Amino acid sequence: MSLPIPDLGQMLFYSIVSLIVISSFWVVMSPNLVHSAVSLLFTFFGVAGLYVFLYADFIAAAQVIIYVGGILVLIIFGVMLTNKIDDPNLSNQSRNQLLAAVFCFIMLLIQLQIIFNTDWFIGDFITRESTVNDIGMLLLTTYLLPFEVISVLLLAALIGAAMLSRKKLSK
Amino acid sequence: MNTLESYLFVSSILFTFGIFGVITRKNAVAILMGIELILNSANINFIAFNRFGNFQILDGHVFSIFVVVLAAAEAAIALAIIINLFKNIGTVDVDEAKELRG
Repeated sequence: MSLPIPDLGQMLFYSIVSLIVISSFWVVMSPNLVHSAVSLLFTFFGVAGLYVFLYADFIAAAQVIIYVGGILVLIIFGVMLTNKIDDPNLSNQSRNQLLAAVFCFIMLLIQLQIIFNTDWFIGDFITRESTVNDIGMLLLTTYLLPFEVISVLLLAALIGAAMLSRKKLSK
Repeated sequence: MNTLESYLFVSSILFTFGIFGVITRKNAVAILMGIELILNSANINFIAFNRFGNFQILDGHVFSIFVVVLAAAEAAIALAIIINLFKNIGTVDVDEAKELRG
């Protein structure tokens, strides 16, 4: 008699999915803004895990480095700089939750209807050693112009952010 | 099974929660968190379609890199604006930002 052995990959996939769903639910429902920021951390880690399942190693590493290391720190800076530290509970109110929940549920149903009723084209899987090589080639050949444009945009946005947030010079 | 539909299912749930946060939250930083959820769900879709769609080249990966860069730029600008808002009106409640004149 053979015991049903659970597939470890499947179990890991389902646990990552439930991590994403629960933590993103808590991001939008938590009454405490700091708790929201911390559950956003778990959501980002879960999404990085999904990228690993999709054989996107470079994107998974970039997700951890940029989102968790950069954007989340920025958001926590924003939380700390704009709220009274002694009373974080009152600063994260929600409104119209019932109406929004009904609207979002209808929208989710429409999306799921489309997702599960469409006959998606599934091609053969292409196995690669690593995606870094191909991404680097693409960024410097086919997508060279968008790559340069987006770097200038990022530079301009960062300079603009520094301009906006510094103290006004007295004239 | 790890089908394309399961990834699309996760990403649509993330998108719905993001929209829900953007609609219901009053704090501007919390609205920014909702936008980050939406961008992440778009990224999952790009990578999943690239994986399952028999693409010889990694267009989806490059696009998701662009999305990540845009998210970084957007977070920096949005936080600068939010800090200015806090300096000017003393709160980050978006309902309180009613004046157009700085």
